[in-house]
Amino acid sequence: MSLVRPFDKLPTLNSAALLLVGTDEKQQQQLAEAILKEKKTFKINIHVATSLPLPAERDHIRPRIDLIAFLINIQSKYSLRNVEASLPHVDANFFLGKVCFLITGVGRMNHCSVEMNAVRKLGNLYCSPVIFCELDSEGIRVATAQRLVRMLQICAGHVPGISALFFSSLMKNSIDE
Amino acid sequence: MAASGRRLRGDPESGFTMDETVAEYIRRTVLKIPRREIMEMLTIWDFLSKTQLQTINVHHTKERISQEVVTLCEENCAGIKQAAILDMICEETDSLNLADFKYKFKRSLQTALKNVTINFREYEDNALWIRIAWGTQYTKPNQYKATYIVYHLQTPYVFISSLRSNLPLLCQALVHASNYHDIHEMELRSRCLDSLKDIVFKRYSQTFQTYHPRPLQERNVAPEKVDPRIIQENKREKERIQRVNQEVFGNGLQPKIEFAQYKLETMFKGEPEMDILTEKEPFRCVVKFSSPHLLEALKSLAPAGMADAPLSPLLTCIPQKARNYFKIKERKDILSASCLGS
Repeated sequence: MSLVRPFDKLPTLNSAALLLVGTDEKQQQQLAEAILKEKKTFKINIHVATSLPLPAERDHIRPRIDLIAFLINIQSKYSLRNVEASLPHVDANFFLGKVCFLITGVGRMNHCSVEMNAVRKLGNLYCSPVIFCELDSEGIRVATAQRLVRMLQICAGHVPGISALFFSSLMKNSIDE
Repeated sequence: MAASGRRLRGDPESGFTMDETVAEYIRRTVLKIPRREIMEMLTIWDFLSKTQLQTINVHHTKERISQEVVTLCEENCAGIKQAAILDMICEETDSLNLADFKYKFKRSLQTALKNVTINFREYEDNALWIRIAWGTQYTKPNQYKATYIVYHLQTPYVFISSLRSNLPLLCQALVHASNYHDIHEMELRSRCLDSLKDIVFKRYSQTFQTYHPRPLQERNVAPEKVDPRIIQENKREKERIQRVNQEVFGNGLQPKIEFAQYKLETMFKGEPEMDILTEKEPFRCVVKFSSPHLLEALKSLAPAGMADAPLSPLLTCIPQKARNYFKIKERKDILSASCLGS
């Protein structure tokens, strides 16, 4: 089984790579563009995929992935199942702060197909933060992009003194309170 | 269809060349004749000899029959005059058929039900529209709840707007007037008459099974401004989905229907621990899909990332099977539910 591994490649100088996994291509594109618009001090590459495993033939040109964001649309059970099927293809070391779940579509709660509890359980099971957002709204999209850029910066090791693991345990504690 | 420049067809023996346009005209006129009337029309025309007529086999495809007639006409040196006479015979028979139909239909309905208003209107595409206002034995016809029927005389299809009662009476009148001996209701309903016609006359873009994967056709799409910092990992999968969609749905616009309904009468297949539903009774359930344009919506599901491609054949078979109401029963060999006619 081909896994995405966090440390099997050397990092590139002053850059970071984000992997977005989700079924809604339009949403992924919008989010990626919002992220790239943000002011940042390092180069960002965004890899967009519908599911894992990633195609093997691109392995050698792919950089080291610093952060994986799984997009789940709360209105589509299909997107949840897609993410659940992709998770086994991620190396366990990623779940030490380099994975997060982005739940979209929460602006329309009456069209929910996916239970909130199911999503929280997923976050607990994989020890990763769950971020709720509504990507159709521009303001929230920009805010989410800013959060992701910050997380990416930490996961790529660009913030001295703070590691991905430390940051994720910080986030987890604050959520539980 | 028109040839650029007039080519002449030759008959080497007599040295006569029949005009290509005349040949085409005769071919098209013959194509329009309903199969069961072809021999009768050609006999009335009296241009081809008895031996020539005997060589025509009406059980061939109409394309083939029309070609055979054109070949025979070449032998007989047909000109525009003969072609025009054939056309007039067909027109006359057409209008006779129409008048005959209207008379028989009206008489059939009015004998059964005195209080009924019937009106006819012919349209250019050979469609006959019938408007019927129904009454009862004691009440006058209700003009506000009329039924509309569209009938193309050359075809065995009739389109009926929603009918609350009197359907058997109507069917009887239609069968009697059209000289068919039976009528049956198709499980196909939509609000768009043109789409119903498209489905039934197979006028939508059909697809063919290909054994060799064809490369995607070049489409005139303006090159998107793709940021090189955004890398698509699953381009191949996306192309596969587009290709499968094209194979299943074809290139053109789909016919417009608003619903698809599936009545399930299959056994419930659950965990053995769920004792409640392990009875031998089938689990009855109705699944209804609705949309302003259902087939286009289904076509866009896989590209939008909401379903796997290819879709279930139960959804994609709707235009081919010309039905959008299905009953799904257990298959005798149990493997999976299949769709049967009702």
